[in-house]
Amino acid sequence: MNFLTQPWPWYITGPLIGLMVPLLLLFGNKAFGISSSLRHICAMCIPTNVKFFKYDWKAESWNLIFALGMIVGGCIAGIVFKNPNNIALSESAVTSISTLGITNFSGLIPAEVFTFSSLLTLKGFILMVVGGFLIGFGTRYANGCTSGHAIMGMSNLQWPSLVSTCCFFAGGLLMTWVILPHIMKL
Amino acid sequence: MKNFKFLVLGIVFGFILIKGEVISWFRIQEMFRFQSFHMYGVICSAIVIGMISIFIIKKFNIKTFSGAEIKIAPKEFTKGNIIGGLLFGLGWAMTGACPGPLYALIGSGSLIVIVILLSAVFGTYMYGVLKDKLPH
Repeated sequence: MNFLTQPWPWYITGPLIGLMVPLLLLFGNKAFGISSSLRHICAMCIPTNVKFFKYDWKAESWNLIFALGMIVGGCIAGIVFKNPNNIALSESAVTSISTLGITNFSGLIPAEVFTFSSLLTLKGFILMVVGGFLIGFGTRYANGCTSGHAIMGMSNLQWPSLVSTCCFFAGGLLMTWVILPHIMKL
Repeated sequence: MKNFKFLVLGIVFGFILIKGEVISWFRIQEMFRFQSFHMYGVICSAIVIGMISIFIIKKFNIKTFSGAEIKIAPKEFTKGNIIGGLLFGLGWAMTGACPGPLYALIGSGSLIVIVILLSAVFGTYMYGVLKDKLPH
């Protein structure tokens, strides 16, 4: 039972994530990747004449089913087998994140920032709405996300995926070190 | 139902993401600040296992469970790999999530993440609208 409620170390988590690559190939000849599901949602739900969304999304429905499974898996891991303790962050991370004005370290995401009421603040709107937009726009423009490029693409020795993965990190570093401190002061 | 296996794999993957805490805004901040090995260990060991798996599949010409030849489409390079990659990186550090974690977080009870997901869907839609005008 402890194994199910306690957080897993990297050497358990990482290899298990890596195993999704051969499992998806063996079970259905599918390339591991999540961000395409956002495109399928558009094709499925938004009535539009945009060419990019005119394709047979039903042929890719496995990706949406996989995403649905992730919601269920998240529910089992995060609610049924919830970790009762705070995340064991490094001391230096706690110090740095505190300087951003965050004091509540319980849960998986900071409850002070990511709430429905903070959506109406400039800080909350930028972090959630603008941040979400950048995820959807950027991953499709880059033709993949952390799973499709960093894990699947790199596993298959694709150099464009290496370029994208480096750019994901460059963007993340720029946000974390240069821009985020200003957003958090809003 | 032929998609049932993907539902099961998705459940397993969502479970792993939460238990490994890789969907945590705190962990992503810690990663971008180089204050813990956790995320680097996860990503690197995942790539190593994925690499070895694909190597074995290709080397021994392993077929799918239904007997089909395994085909992996190559990734083609465009300027989007760079520009889109940078834009996504900004969003990753803001929300602490990439597309996969959004689904797992919603399941774990963080309903506010639905807003981020809807915004990401809108972002993908706007990419589709602007695609022909963007440098590729």
